Amino acid sequence: MEKYIYIALFAPLVGSLVAALFSTQPKTVFTGWFTSFMLAVSMFASLNLLHYVYTSETTLHVNLFDWIVIGNLNIPFGFVVDQVSVVMMSVVTVVSTMVHIHSIGYMEHDKGFNRYFSYLSAFVFSMLVLVMSDNFAVLFIGWEGVGVCSWLLIGFWYHKESATWAANEAFIMNRIGDLGLLLGMFLIYWNIGSLQYDIVFAQLGGLDNSLLVWIGCLLFLGAMGKSAQFPLHTWLADAMEGPTPVSALIHAATMVTAGVYLVVRSNELYTLIPEVGYAIAALGAFVAIFAASMALVNNDMKRIIAYSTLSQLGYMFVAAGLGAYWVALFHLATHAFFKSVLFLGAGNVMHAMDDELDIRKMGGLHKKMKATSIIMTVASLALAGIFPLAGFFSKDKILEAAFNADAILLWGVLWVTAGLTAFYSFRLVMKIFFGEQNYSNEEFHPHEAKNFVIAAMIPLAVLAVVAGWFEHSFVEFVTKTLPTWEASNIAHSTAWILILITSAVAIGGIAVAVFKYRNGGFSKDWENTSIYKLLSNQYYIPKFYEVFISRPYYAVSVWIWKVIEIKLIDASIDGLAHFVNKLGVKARPIQTGNLSSSLRLMVFGLILGLVFALVLSVL
Amino acid sequence: MTLNAYLILSTILFCIGLIGVIKRKNVLMLFFSTEIMLNAVNVGLAAISKFHGDLSGQIFAFFIIAVAASEVAIGLGLLILWYKRTGSINLDDIAKMRG
Amino acid sequence: MFEVVAFIIFSVLTISMFSISVLTNNALYALSSLAAGMIFISAFFFLLGADFLGAVQIVVYTGAIMSLYAFGMMFFDSLSEIKEKVKNPRLVFLLSGMVALIVVIVFLAPVIGENVQANHPIHPAYGNSADVGLILFTKYLVPFEVAAIMLLVAMIGGIVLAGKKMNESYSEMKEDEIDEKIRLEASKKDAK
Repeated sequence: MEKYIYIALFAPLVGSLVAALFSTQPKTVFTGWFTSFMLAVSMFASLNLLHYVYTSETTLHVNLFDWIVIGNLNIPFGFVVDQVSVVMMSVVTVVSTMVHIHSIGYMEHDKGFNRYFSYLSAFVFSMLVLVMSDNFAVLFIGWEGVGVCSWLLIGFWYHKESATWAANEAFIMNRIGDLGLLLGMFLIYWNIGSLQYDIVFAQLGGLDNSLLVWIGCLLFLGAMGKSAQFPLHTWLADAMEGPTPVSALIHAATMVTAGVYLVVRSNELYTLIPEVGYAIAALGAFVAIFAASMALVNNDMKRIIAYSTLSQLGYMFVAAGLGAYWVALFHLATHAFFKSVLFLGAGNVMHAMDDELDIRKMGGLHKKMKATSIIMTVASLALAGIFPLAGFFSKDKILEAAFNADAILLWGVLWVTAGLTAFYSFRLVMKIFFGEQNYSNEEFHPHEAKNFVIAAMIPLAVLAVVAGWFEHSFVEFVTKTLPTWEASNIAHSTAWILILITSAVAIGGIAVAVFKYRNGGFSKDWENTSIYKLLSNQYYIPKFYEVFISRPYYAVSVWIWKVIEIKLIDASIDGLAHFVNKLGVKARPIQTGNLSSSLRLMVFGLILGLVFALVLSVL
Repeated sequence: MTLNAYLILSTILFCIGLIGVIKRKNVLMLFFSTEIMLNAVNVGLAAISKFHGDLSGQIFAFFIIAVAASEVAIGLGLLILWYKRTGSINLDDIAKMRG
Repeated sequence: MFEVVAFIIFSVLTISMFSISVLTNNALYALSSLAAGMIFISAFFFLLGADFLGAVQIVVYTGAIMSLYAFGMMFFDSLSEIKEKVKNPRLVFLLSGMVALIVVIVFLAPVIGENVQANHPIHPAYGNSADVGLILFTKYLVPFEVAAIMLLVAMIGGIVLAGKKMNESYSEMKEDEIDEKIRLEASKKDAK
């Protein structure tokens, strides 16, 4: 059975390396199909493992090799396949395979075709290392690997300055989070002496509570960087500079969920410090409504979907913070399916509309792109949380969790956000596919994507519909590792009332959007109000970062360069070199061929020798 | 006389030779000064040999004399060759191995 | 008493002779004062009881080496007054003076020789020559032979370096061939 672990882990790496061989050559379709095939192999291995773990209820451990063994420090390169990691593996590989196949169609005219697939498969490999590791150090390796691959992929079109800037921003913000993760890991190692999950979590109970709070906060700082929680959230919207399938894979299903995975994996830590958990939940709720509000007024198609991801990540952190870990994992899985297929559909629209992103310039595309339109509508329904699609089950459980913990404020925030989510996702759908055509027929000739591309999107769409029906078996399966959680504080009838209210607000949001945008949308006067300006400038937070953080830092760097680097360091090293040079120039006249001067020098040396001998004998 | 007196004498003679070696520009005169130095050393050796009752000093002085003789022969031969080539035996003109 | 007087006289003479040799501009004076100095050095050897060494000094140094120098001086086409340009005369005396000072200071310290074993003790009964001969031909035989070879090599080297072309032998040529040769040499010299 262990060989399936290795197959699942290394097949994407093999695909990436083979594609890398072709990276400097123009597009060869072979790379696309080969990497997709390798990923399909990995997917089947993961599903096989899922079946195995489900039926036999065992956990698999493998140890690849002993990585660091120095003194007391022992970090093996080990992998564990338990219920949590096998769920993550399945989600990652399924979504990745579909994204790979979709990319073959999306990137067909791109010069960097081969390079793209190499990066994409490398990313999947890193993500699998992350979710399959059995200690914090290997997790960190995967963590960094996905950061690097995300940088490579966001800045894929590196000739565009905006793309490289966005890639740098993403990487640097991730780095800030990584610092927290590293500090947390150091604290864990310092106090427990190992980084293996089983050893750490067994001994956590014996530690001081303030220490546990520190570790929890620092690990969450790492999760904040990766999952783009406030204030490290600006990179996610800017990361839309990369190709759209990249956004589908990284910023919907895999990388941004690494933070949630970390919190879920460390559930034994966070159950010991419930106040930190509550803070996490509060932050998550804030982010949910914060992002949803920004998505209301944005006109960039991919940015709306990006803010939606941010908002849903907030939901996941609320669940994890309140102790309902399996709920967070469940929402992670369902969200991966419908969000990735939303991004892939947006990719189809972009491809059809010549990379146009502004939704005000689209409209009425339903006639031309029936399949994409249907799939995106279904996905948006799932996102809004309509019964019986996947989003309904997971989102509802989160709201139940909030209500159960007596966090009524959180529940209220999340309820409002659910309405906003429904509204803006259908605003997007209406403006793109329905309503009047806002583009001229001479400029754009939209057409549906190729058949295999649609075929790649269909499994994800199907999963977006049916994934919610497996909630019961999911719970049973995952709670063998995660703590069980039930909404025990509320009566059964209250739960049903909650479900009804949530569905009502979702349907209401959809109705408002459909009604308004069928008739041409809101009036233009709204755009002059201050609240519109606030939201469309992202609450001026990027500007704040630029003025108060980037510019002063840049000024300090320039000062250090001019004063310390050039004047001090360069001057001293150059001065040393000049001194040696001048010394050589001065000493050269010794080397005449003149015997007389040589003799004189010899006598001088003799005097020195004699003095030396005299001094030594006296001492 | 004490040993010290002979040794000081040897030193003074040696330094006279040293002055000659450093000062002289004519190669032949240089050789003269070298002979002076060798003789000074011989005096010193013989003195030590007498005052310690050991014959080794004298034997050493013999060999020094032998070596000095052969050195003069070869040195003069080389000098003659050089004079035939360049026509000058001034030290300042011989500086070929300059750096 | 007698020894002290002799020592002082001879040391004054030696130092003055050698100083003349080093400081004079006249090549002839330098040569002759050097020869004189050598003789006086041998006086020291006799004073120190090294009779054989003294005799050897006179024969080899003053006799052979100084005559070699004399022939050499004849060979070089130099005027009896040699002109020398010394760049820095003071430096010369400074350097030598310092050396002298240091070594004299070193030698002023009383020579403490305790338990100094003589390697080849002097036997006053034999007389110096016999003593030297005994040691030279028994203990120092190998260096003696090597020195002999070295002298042979030096002699051959001297001949080769300074001699004329050895291809032709005058004693084997006839009268008119020698005349012919001389005429050729003269015409070559004129042409140059």
